[in-house]
Amino acid sequence: MKKIALSLFVALAIVSCKKSDDDATPQNVTVDFNFTHNWDGDAIENADFDVIQYTNAHGETLSLSKLVYLISDVTFTNANGEVFDAGDYTLIDVKEGELTFTPEIEIPEGTYTVSFTFGFDDEDNNMNHQDLNSADGGWNVPLILGGGYHYMRMEGKYLSAASPNEVNYQYHTIRAVDRDAQGTIITLTDTSFVVNLGQVTIGSTTNIEVKMNVAEWFKNPNTWDLTQLYQMLMPNYDAQIMMKGNGSNGVFSKGTVTQ
Amino acid sequence: MKYGIAFCVLFFTLISCNKDDGGGKYTATPLNLKIPAFFEENILPPIIPEDNPMSVEGVALGKKLFFDPILSANNTQSCADCHTPQTGFSDSRQFSIGIDGTAGTRNSMPLHNVAWNYDGKFFWDGRAGSLENQIFEPVTNPIEMANTWPNAVASLQNSTEYPTLFEDAFGTTTIDSTMVSKAIAQFMRTLITANSRFDKFQRGEIELTPSEANGLNVFLDESRGDCFHCHGNPLNPLWTDNIFHNNGLDQFFVDKGLSNVTGDPRDDGKFKTPSLRNLAFTAPYMHDGRFETLDDVINHYSEGLVYSETIDPLMKAVGDGGVQLSEEDKADLKAFLLSLSDPSFINNPDFQN
Repeated sequence: MKKIALSLFVALAIVSCKKSDDDATPQNVTVDFNFTHNWDGDAIENADFDVIQYTNAHGETLSLSKLVYLISDVTFTNANGEVFDAGDYTLIDVKEGELTFTPEIEIPEGTYTVSFTFGFDDEDNNMNHQDLNSADGGWNVPLILGGGYHYMRMEGKYLSAASPNEVNYQYHTIRAVDRDAQGTIITLTDTSFVVNLGQVTIGSTTNIEVKMNVAEWFKNPNTWDLTQLYQMLMPNYDAQIMMKGNGSNGVFSKGTVTQ
Repeated sequence: MKYGIAFCVLFFTLISCNKDDGGGKYTATPLNLKIPAFFEENILPPIIPEDNPMSVEGVALGKKLFFDPILSANNTQSCADCHTPQTGFSDSRQFSIGIDGTAGTRNSMPLHNVAWNYDGKFFWDGRAGSLENQIFEPVTNPIEMANTWPNAVASLQNSTEYPTLFEDAFGTTTIDSTMVSKAIAQFMRTLITANSRFDKFQRGEIELTPSEANGLNVFLDESRGDCFHCHGNPLNPLWTDNIFHNNGLDQFFVDKGLSNVTGDPRDDGKFKTPSLRNLAFTAPYMHDGRFETLDDVINHYSEGLVYSETIDPLMKAVGDGGVQLSEEDKADLKAFLLSLSDPSFINNPDFQN
């Protein structure tokens, strides 16, 4: 009996060193996302940064020096309405080539409606995120500007007919904050938005391309006058609402899905 | 006998499930960094390389090496000569002077909270990829310590004290340059400053003066200072983004900074953002120490910005020279900035020779 017990123990010890990889039960899978960027179809790569080469809908020519944004709550909803949401987030840094994200959730293979949130909804925005506080010298937004976190930092320079000299711009999106003359916060409006990528069939290895057309941030429904709205946009409530309007209107789309 | 064999099989099987990271290697006395609670609550943990864990003996050795001129070619200059505790581990001279009297071309960077440099790029131009790598350079720089590493190591090896101290820290009396850099890096990681007036305010121990409080608002207000996009904010106690920017100092560059390292002309004139901690002790300011006072620095951002192709988009109203702060806002901003200085850091006996 002792021999049997000991043998079993040895066998279990050996087996415990290996992951079971021959289980017949279908495995849940992770899904990879790849974020690509373009200006009305022209791909934006690292070499395209810091070159004044893009013309927005209002007619200013501009460069990109920085394009970093926050994606959260990637959600998979199946035909039964069952929702799989990892609840995690990532920063996409275009110039630095940090363009991929694999949400920390495993889901059964199948067909899903896939969506994500641009920025943070209020629930996430009101939490303390050590990694984001540590990113970029602080991805968080100071309390006097409403607190929470940046959704996007797009920066660069522009030229216009009225201003032949290069002017810096900072197109920063955050939760909209309305303050009175004394600086007291009157209203906070969640300006994050959900991007619906439509239906995707998820297999054992699936990569979903998410395309951002940067030109759309300046286009629709608000033709963005960069000569007027080029800086100090964080405390500008109306500008933040307009940014949300443009961002949620054609900036993001589903690209190639590879299995 | 059969049971004995079976037990042996079981023993080795279980052992084989774990990495053997002991292997009879020497282990010095582990040392946990004293991480300020506010840091722990709000930012990521410090960077401690797996191959250079902190130890009591390593830190003690690193401290001794930091203050010892033995690493220089003629035994006249230590790390601390250009990074003195009383100047926030910086140098009050615009340019530090090497062992043969030659001046450098950049102001000595203050040393503190270096364990939280997440990108791991050190020097004004980021040319060192880790703290340990950074330490290699001053020893052999011809206008600094002007030594060779074989010579520096020989000096240590021939000393009466160091072989034993290296044995205590690393388990061997045979010294090499890697161990020297590791020990100094360990000491440098202990240089933590988190007890300024503003830290005390954050901890609820004191109130800011009205001037300091308004200065903080100027610092954070996009329409006034907007300093926070590069220098952090109250939730990031490092007060730097540790990133490289062209902050509008010059139209043309004598020193190209980051682009000397990357080779990318888009990086011309970019230098690492310094932390705003301990400014009361670290004058002069900027990578080339061109500003003697904090007033000079504030005036630069308010009225002195100069356009160049690579100027950072965060610099506002460049065509007007800057954001044109009022005199009151300037004074208040200065008061706030000085509230980030920590006298207990420069007087900490653990950091003195």
